[in-house]
Amino acid sequence: MRALVVREVRRGSSGLAWLPMAFFLLVVALMPFAVGPDARLLSRVGPGALWIAALTAALLPVERLIEPDRVDGVLDQLALHGLAEESIAAAKIFAHWLTFAPLLLIAAVPGAALLAMDGPALAKTELALAIGTPGLAALAVAIAAVTTGLPRAGSLAGLLLLPLAIPLLIFGAANALLLEAAVSLLLTAGAPFMAGAAIRATRT
Amino acid sequence: MTLLRFEQVALRRGGRLLFEGLDLALAAGEALQVAGPNGSGKSSLIRLAAGLLKAERGQIERSLAALADDSLALDRELPLQRALSFWGSSPDGAIEALGLAELAPVPVRLLSSGQLKRATLARVAASGAPLWLLDEPLNALDSDGAERLAGLIERHLATGGAVLSASHQPLPGEWRRLELSS
Repeated sequence: MRALVVREVRRGSSGLAWLPMAFFLLVVALMPFAVGPDARLLSRVGPGALWIAALTAALLPVERLIEPDRVDGVLDQLALHGLAEESIAAAKIFAHWLTFAPLLLIAAVPGAALLAMDGPALAKTELALAIGTPGLAALAVAIAAVTTGLPRAGSLAGLLLLPLAIPLLIFGAANALLLEAAVSLLLTAGAPFMAGAAIRATRT
Repeated sequence: MTLLRFEQVALRRGGRLLFEGLDLALAAGEALQVAGPNGSGKSSLIRLAAGLLKAERGQIERSLAALADDSLALDRELPLQRALSFWGSSPDGAIEALGLAELAPVPVRLLSSGQLKRATLARVAASGAPLWLLDEPLNALDSDGAERLAGLIERHLATGGAVLSASHQPLPGEWRRLELSS
């Protein structure tokens, strides 16, 4: 299982790992164009804008999380090695979080500057993002497993992931950290079972 | 010792009953070839034996198994040796036995289909599992590859292993045959 986490981190951080972060910054950079250059207004919508950018960025890697391994038979071979599908999903969630969350937290710093957010507001949002990212990573892997093998899985994943991420968004943007932690924990705990069942269901 | 046992197994895929009432026992040192026309359920039987499909009825018991089928399951960006070692114990002996030693540092994505087939067989050989499940092992193999595979299987059987192979071509060596009808 440790070998699997190492492999996932290696594959996740090679090549285009920065792509979701570039996307994140791009979405953030659109905000001043959309709502105008008023610094006070921008700093008020800042935390919410960072969250929306984070959610959309979380969608980008969904297609590479499960699908290539299903097509290539890696999931089958892991099962033959006696690894439960739930463990595979848990390893993938952990590895995905490792490659996704730190970069997001770093990208949030220039993102906050683009939105004229001050230091304390940035610190609060960073903390909320840090608490929310495990839930977001778990959701991404679970949705990737549910949509694997379906035509237009990428678009479908967006339709499924964004509504399910609403509780994270509400509590994260409102800085209700305990409630956000509860949602994040629930998603992280439930996602491996959802993803595991979905992986098994693809073997027909 | 029985390494694989099917008792009255029935399998349905896509609404079609592929076979039913199938009994099968594979003891250490035995090799069984599943033969039959295209679509008769050879590959499904292999996946059933691997535990990747669920039988509609019946019991299946198996020991630890290793599977080589059409899917590669090796990271294409890695050199062959590293890609194989992800799957556990050191693959060097198996790489040597399948004539891949010179290709060990070459990235998997550059290998030909015959070389990739040898690589999947090397994974099975390196796995240390007593039961080998081979789906069309001769596909894309040249005569040298087939000879090396025959040697590997012979050694595996001699050391108390068993092999279940699905193939519509005759396999080298001594095989019991199980004929599936369409």
